Amino acid sequence: MKEKPDVLQGTLALMVLKTLDVLGPQHGWGIARRIEQISGDLLAVNQGTLYPLLLRLEHEGSIASEWGVSENKRRARFYRLTAAGRKQLQAETREWEQTAAIIARFFKVKAEDLP
Amino acid sequence: MRFLRRFRIRLSNFVTRRSTDQRLQEELAEHLAFQAEENVRAGMPPAEARRQAALKLGPVEAIRERHHAEQSLPFFENLLFDLRYASRMVLKSPGFSAIAIGTMALGIGATTAIYSVIDATLLHPLPYPNPTELVRVQDDLPGVGAHGVGISIPEWRDLQSSGIFQSVALTGTGANVNLTGSEQPLRLSFKQVTPNYFAVLGADAQLGRTFDPSDTTPGYNLEVVISDGLWRKEFGADPQIVGRVLRLDNDAYRVVGVMPRGFRDQGSTSDEQNVDLWLGAGFSGLPFRPPQRDLRLASRAVIARLKPGLSIAAAQGHLDALVDSLKKQYPAEYPAQTAWTVRLIPLTETVVGSIRSSLILLFGAVGLVLLISCVNVANLLLARASGRGREIALRQALGAQRTRLIRQFLAESLLLFVLGGLAGVAILFSAQHFLLRLIPESLPHLNNISINWGVLVFAVAVSVVTGTVFGLAPAWLMSRFDLIGTLRQEGRGSSGSRERARARQILVISELALSLVLLIAAGLLLRSFWDLFKVQPGFNPNRVMAIQSWLPGPNDPSADIYRSATQEAVLVREILRRSRTLPGVEEAAAGDEAALPLGHSQPGRLPLLREGIEMKDNEAPVINSPIVSPEYFHLLSVPLLRGRLFNDQDLEDTPQVAVINQAAALTYWPNQDPLGKRVRLRLDSRDRRTGATPPWTTIIGVIADARTESLADAAIPQIYRSIYQRPAKDLAIFLRGQLDPGAISSQMRTQIQSIDPELPVFHGETLDDVLSTSLSVRRFSMEMVGFFAATALLLAGLGIYGTISYVVNEQRREIAIRLALGAQKATILKMVLRRGVSLAAAGTGLGIAGALVVSHLMSGLLYGVSPTDLPTFAGFTVVLTAVALAASYIPALRAMRLDPITTLHSE
Repeated sequence: MKEKPDVLQGTLALMVLKTLDVLGPQHGWGIARRIEQISGDLLAVNQGTLYPLLLRLEHEGSIASEWGVSENKRRARFYRLTAAGRKQLQAETREWEQTAAIIARFFKVKAEDLP
Repeated sequence: MRFLRRFRIRLSNFVTRRSTDQRLQEELAEHLAFQAEENVRAGMPPAEARRQAALKLGPVEAIRERHHAEQSLPFFENLLFDLRYASRMVLKSPGFSAIAIGTMALGIGATTAIYSVIDATLLHPLPYPNPTELVRVQDDLPGVGAHGVGISIPEWRDLQSSGIFQSVALTGTGANVNLTGSEQPLRLSFKQVTPNYFAVLGADAQLGRTFDPSDTTPGYNLEVVISDGLWRKEFGADPQIVGRVLRLDNDAYRVVGVMPRGFRDQGSTSDEQNVDLWLGAGFSGLPFRPPQRDLRLASRAVIARLKPGLSIAAAQGHLDALVDSLKKQYPAEYPAQTAWTVRLIPLTETVVGSIRSSLILLFGAVGLVLLISCVNVANLLLARASGRGREIALRQALGAQRTRLIRQFLAESLLLFVLGGLAGVAILFSAQHFLLRLIPESLPHLNNISINWGVLVFAVAVSVVTGTVFGLAPAWLMSRFDLIGTLRQEGRGSSGSRERARARQILVISELALSLVLLIAAGLLLRSFWDLFKVQPGFNPNRVMAIQSWLPGPNDPSADIYRSATQEAVLVREILRRSRTLPGVEEAAAGDEAALPLGHSQPGRLPLLREGIEMKDNEAPVINSPIVSPEYFHLLSVPLLRGRLFNDQDLEDTPQVAVINQAAALTYWPNQDPLGKRVRLRLDSRDRRTGATPPWTTIIGVIADARTESLADAAIPQIYRSIYQRPAKDLAIFLRGQLDPGAISSQMRTQIQSIDPELPVFHGETLDDVLSTSLSVRRFSMEMVGFFAATALLLAGLGIYGTISYVVNEQRREIAIRLALGAQKATILKMVLRRGVSLAAAGTGLGIAGALVVSHLMSGLLYGVSPTDLPTFAGFTVVLTAVALAASYIPALRAMRLDPITTLHSE
C-alpha cells in the first residue's frame, strides 16, 4: 500500500490532471500520448504507472471515467476532471509554482549576493 | 480525507471481491490498438506496428499487478491466501498437526488455567470501587514483638481527623453467632463493624440499607445487615425480610438490609469472605470501657479508605508524622521501648499476600511448561522443514520472494499455535468443574475463578505471541534453502540443514535445561512437603475428632446463662460425660477454638505481664492463650515435663493456674524455674467490659512443645488455662476412639441439644483432616509443580528422541556405508548415543545453573530442605540423563540395525 516517494509519480498525477483540464475528457492512450508530445518526447510515460495512477485518482475522486466512443469510432474509456479534481489541480499548481520559484531563486543566487 | 476515501473503496472492493481487471484488460487492448494505429500512420507494417506498440506498453502482467495492488488491500489478501494455504498444509499432515496442536493445547491450556486463578486472586482481589484507596491500618509494638495489637478509641478518632483518610472503620475479625428461633439453631459467622464499614468499602445494599454511617451511638446497635447467601438459603429470598427481627445470641436484631449477590467481605480465606451477618456497633461507651488511649481493642481490625489521589507511601509519611507527635503528646501511653508504629498495608496485600509466592511459583512452573511445549513444536516444524526442502526450493525457483516464504511459514506456525491454544481453552472450559475441585478451599476468591473474557484474551494473546516468536526461527531457517544444492541433491540434504540441525540441538538443549529446572523445583517442594508431612507434631492426631459449638453471648452480660466459668462448667462437664457414653469414644476433652490444633486462623493473643517485671499492659509481650479442660493434654498425648496439669479442683473460686509449654518457659523465664511464677493476662474481652484488674495466675506445669499453631514452627509460646476457671464461648469438643465420623456429629448434636436445645453443633472433623487442610496450599503447589515437571520430562524426552531420530535419518547413507565397509554395530550405537549424551550433558549443565537461581528465589516456600540440596539436584540430573539416553537409544538401535544394501539401494 505504501507508495515510494517518487518525484515522477507526483508530477505524473499533476500532468494527467492538467492534460484533462486542457483537453477535456480523454482516454488513457490519449493522455499518455499528449504528455509525451508536450514534453517534446523527452518523457516516455510508463504505462505500468499510468493505469494504476488513473485508478488511484478515480478512487480519490479527482477524476471520473466512463466508456465512450473515440474519434476513430473505437470503444474507449474516457477520463474527465471532476470538480474536486479541478480544485486539487489548482491547489497543486500553486504549490508547484511556488516550489519552482523557490528552486529558480536558488539557481539564480550567487555567492556575492549573500550577506 | 482523500486517503480515507481511497481506503474505504479498497476495503469495499476487498470485501465484495470486485475486480476491475476486466476493465483494465479492455483498456489496455484499446491502448495497444491506438498505439498500433499511430505506428501504422508513422509508416510501419501492421505486424511491426503491433510489436512496437506492445513493446512500448511494457509487461502487461506487471501493470495488472500494480493495478490490482491499487485496487484492493494486498496485505489482507495475502494473509487470507497464506491462511488458506496453511490450513491445507495442516490438513495434509494430520499426524504432525495433531502432535503440534496437542502439545500447544497442553502448554497454553495449563498456562491459562493457572492464569485464571491468578486473574481472580492477584489481579482482581478486591471487588470494591477504587480498590487502590483501601488500606488496612495495623498497630504494631515491635519493641515487645507484638504485631496487630488493635487500636484504641482515641487512636481511631485521631485517624479519623488526620486528613489522610476519607473514612476509617473498625471491624471485628469475624466470629460465630447463634441464630435461634428456627427449627435448628444455626451457627452463623458475623462481623461486628462500625456503621461506616460499608461506606469505606463503597458497597450498598440490594434491599433496604446498610448502617447509617453517621450513627456512631456508643454501644450495640440492634440492626443487622445480612448477606445475599443467607437471605436466599435461610429466608427463601423473602422480599419482606427488611424489618424482620432475628434472635442472635439471644438478642433481638432488626434486619435493615441485604447485601447484593456479588458482595463478599474482605479476607484471605473463603471462611473470612463468607460472612453471613454484619452487626453495627459503636466501639466506645457502654458496654465497652470508657475510651482510654492505651486500651487497645485487640481483636479489631481497622480498614480505611485513603483520600483520593493520596499514595500509600505519602499517606504513610503523614501517618508517621502523626504518630511521632502523638508519642510526644502522650509519653506515658506510648513508652519508648514498645516502639509503637502504625502501618498502612494495601488491603489487597492482606487478602492475597500469603499465597502470592505460591501462585507466582505455579505461574513460573507452568510458564516453563509452555516454553518447553513451544520449543518442542518449533523443533517439529524444523524437522518437517527438511522434508519440505524440495517444495520450498521449487517455489523459490518459481520466483517466490523470501519475505513471502517467511510470511507463509509464519502463517502456518501461527495457525498451529492458535489452534492449539483454542483446543487448550476448550479442554479447560469443559474440565473446569473437575479442575476447580483440585484447588484448595483455603485459597482466597475460589468462587471467583472462572474462564472469563480476560482469560480468553490471555489465551489468544499467548498463542499469537508464542506462535510468532517460535514460528519465526523455523520460518527463517526454512526460507534459507540453498536452491541449486537442494534441487540437485533431490532433497537428500542441503547446506541449510547444518544450520537447522544446530538450531534443533539448541532447542533440545534448552528443553532439557528447562525440564531439569522444573524437576528440581518440584523435587525441592516434594521434599519440603514430605518433611512437613512427616514432622512429629508433638501431639497425636490419630483417631481424634473435634466438633464445635458456640455458646451465645448476649449483649447484656447478666442475661448470659454461661457468664461465669462455674455456670459454663455445668454444661461442659455434662457434655463431656455424655460424650464418653457414645459408641467408640474412649476419651473426651473440651477447649476453645484456639485449642483446636491448626484449625483456627487467628490465635487469640494476650499481653503477658510477669510478676516482678514492672511493665504496663501496653509494653507487655503477647502470647497465645488457649483454654482447655484437664483431659486435653492426655487426649492429645502431649507429655508433661514438670509440675502438674489441671485437675478437677482448679475451679473459678480457687487460685487461677496455667500450664505453659517449653517454648514459653524458655522465652519468658530463661534459666529459671517457671513453676510457681505468677502472671496476669490482660485485655481479655471480659476484662475490657468490666474494667476489673485480672487476677494473678500461677504457672503450675510445663508441657512439651507441640506444633499446634503451625507445622512449620517448632516452638511457639503458649499459655493454657482451664475451662473450669475461664469460660470460653467458642467451644470445641475433642473425642478420641474408634469413631465413625459420619455418625458421631449427629450423635453429638443430639447429646448437646438435649442439654441446651439452643446450641448449634457444627464443623465435625478429624484432626487428620484438619492437619491435611492446613497443608492444602502446599500440597496443591507441590502436586501442580510435580505434574508440570512430569509433563516437561515427557516433552523433553520426545524432543531429544525426535532430534536424534532426525540426525540418524539424515545420516542413514553414511551409516550404511560405514556398515558396508565393516564397521562394528556397537561403534554405530556408540556414535549415535554419544550425540544424545552430549546434548543431555549440555542441557543438564544449563539446567543445574538455572535451577540454582530458581531454588534460591523460592527458598521462602521450602521447609527443612536447603535450596541447594545435593540429593535432589543429583537425583533429578540422573533421572533426566536417563530419560535422554533412553530416548536416544531407540533411534540408535534403529541405526545399528540398518541393512546397508537396501538403504544404499533406495537412496
